[in-house]
Amino acid sequence: MDFSSINPILLLASLMVAATPIILAAAGELIVERAGVLNLGVEGMMITGAITGFIATVTTGSPWIGFAAAAVGGAGLSLLFGFLTQFLLSNQVATGLALTLFGLGLSALLGQGYNGIKAPEFPKIDIPVISDIPVLGPILCSHDPMVYVGLGLIAGIWYFLKYSRAGLVLRAVGENHEAAHALGYHVIRIRILAIMFGGACAGLGGAYISLVRVPQWTDGMTAGAGWIALAIVVFASWRPWRLLIGAYLFGGVTVLQLNLQAAGIAIPVEYLAMSPYIATILVLVLMSAGRAPGSLGKIFHASR
Amino acid sequence: MKRRTLLASGAGAATMAMLGLPARAQEKTKVGFVFVGPIGDGGWTFEHNNGRLAVEAAFGDAVETVYAENVPEGPDAERVMTQMALGGADLIFTTSFGYMEPTLNVAAKFPNVKFEHATGYMRADNVSTYSARFYEGRAVQGHIAGNLTKSNKIGYIGSFPIPEVIRGINSAFIHARKVNPDVEFKIVWAFTWFDPAKEADAAKVLIEQGCDVVLQHTDSTAPQAAAQAAGNVYTFGQASDMGEYAPMPRVSSIIDNWAPYYVERTKAVMDGTWTSVDTWDGIGRGMVGIGEISDAVPADVKASAEALRDSIASGAYHPFTGPLNKQDGSAWLADGEVADDGTLAGLGFYVEGIEGDIPS
Repeated sequence: MDFSSINPILLLASLMVAATPIILAAAGELIVERAGVLNLGVEGMMITGAITGFIATVTTGSPWIGFAAAAVGGAGLSLLFGFLTQFLLSNQVATGLALTLFGLGLSALLGQGYNGIKAPEFPKIDIPVISDIPVLGPILCSHDPMVYVGLGLIAGIWYFLKYSRAGLVLRAVGENHEAAHALGYHVIRIRILAIMFGGACAGLGGAYISLVRVPQWTDGMTAGAGWIALAIVVFASWRPWRLLIGAYLFGGVTVLQLNLQAAGIAIPVEYLAMSPYIATILVLVLMSAGRAPGSLGKIFHASR
Repeated sequence: MKRRTLLASGAGAATMAMLGLPARAQEKTKVGFVFVGPIGDGGWTFEHNNGRLAVEAAFGDAVETVYAENVPEGPDAERVMTQMALGGADLIFTTSFGYMEPTLNVAAKFPNVKFEHATGYMRADNVSTYSARFYEGRAVQGHIAGNLTKSNKIGYIGSFPIPEVIRGINSAFIHARKVNPDVEFKIVWAFTWFDPAKEADAAKVLIEQGCDVVLQHTDSTAPQAAAQAAGNVYTFGQASDMGEYAPMPRVSSIIDNWAPYYVERTKAVMDGTWTSVDTWDGIGRGMVGIGEISDAVPADVKASAEALRDSIASGAYHPFTGPLNKQDGSAWLADGEVADDGTLAGLGFYVEGIEGDIPS
């Protein structure tokens, strides 16, 4: 029963690490859903990114190349989803679920022989001067580069959706694909690009788990992070900065409940573990189902 | 020898079948395995799968094995088992505690199929239970951990608050306290058997809070990796040797060896001698192995740990020997008294000295 054994600085620092894979994957899915496509295959793309990134890192010795390979792996798998849903007009929910199952199987196959191998270390960036500032320094400025990539991605997506012409077009496609089509925008091309972006981000998120957070390869290691990312997109009502808050909430609660347990504080962990989900439901109720993009999950064909 | 005669009889049966003679054993015996994690987890499921491979190696063409990985504990497990039984399995091993009720439910529907449930305590005419006395290995771990720790804080990553895990915590604690009266345990419940990211987080939290030895009762090698990154933290392999992390941080391990049991039980089904039994074997009969104690452990500690292991194996010493009190201070075992298997099987309390409550 003593709070003193919990170091709040370390707690906040590890919160940022715990939230990063979810931020990366959810940011990609946010763009996909804003383009009007519901891809439930995030988990499958994450785990595929985790193994392709791991293989590339072990082979080349460079985590940077590993992350690039993870993005390519995730995007490659998402292209399968894109082809099935955009050209063959298959049901997005069913295809997405199948993609998750396929990704889990594929990654286990690719990962044969990579169990128990250690990845080269991904060095942390210690920003001189700033990281020496007490309290804020260790929290904000002593992480590996991917934490900042995640934050930058959120800022970039926010700017893209709000201020750029391309972002406006993407939103138009997501809100009403027939109107966008009538205006002459190539709905399918835009959606395929969005799906690939989502796949690449999910791949990065997966690779963050296999290269930084754990870091090693084990079958099925993402263990549901993709589903949490999907929930966070809804929680954030499809807005980038709220997504960041949602991811920190999930990450924070995960780390906090472990800390409380280790400090021997008798708060039933079940309540803490369920709190982010309750928050999601509350947000959904308060905002009356949020503002989902108008064409989300609907099949588009130019003839109709 | 045994294997050769078996193969020969299998060949004989095949010849008889080809000649069109009536033969009893020409059909393959089908053995199913239900796994809670992936076979590549490097721990619990990995070792069960090694047992499956041993069955294939022992009987060759006379058996066919099927398995399902990552089966959640709950209703879905029932579906998987039903499917295996419908698919013609003669014997099904369900390898996690949470499959207990699904196993009994499905077994009631298929009285001719034999079931073997790992680590449970409920049996039926066609359901056996089997488990290993992991707490014997935990005693050795506790002994080493108590000697190694400098901060006197030992972290323990628990999976679910079930008797098997609580036995392990108690056994490790008793033997750590024996060699180091100042030692205290920090226990974190992960509420999962397998989630590398969560296990890594739990290990990091324990290390941040000053633990320099981390014991785990979860299945992946993620805590080993976290300890390695920290540098000066000791760990133990769980369920499998996890030797790739030796000599540091992994200084020893508990290895589950299911192969002899799986081969024996499959043989019993083939011979028609299978009956419902309750098996609980330990170090002595080889179901629990203690992995090589690495050079990171001082030689005298290694020697005393091996002596402890051998005395448990020979039956000279029982890890739960009194005097022992329960956590609330009430008496449990008198001086020299040994815990009986019934109490151990349903153990639901901590021994004196462990802080914190067991979550319900």
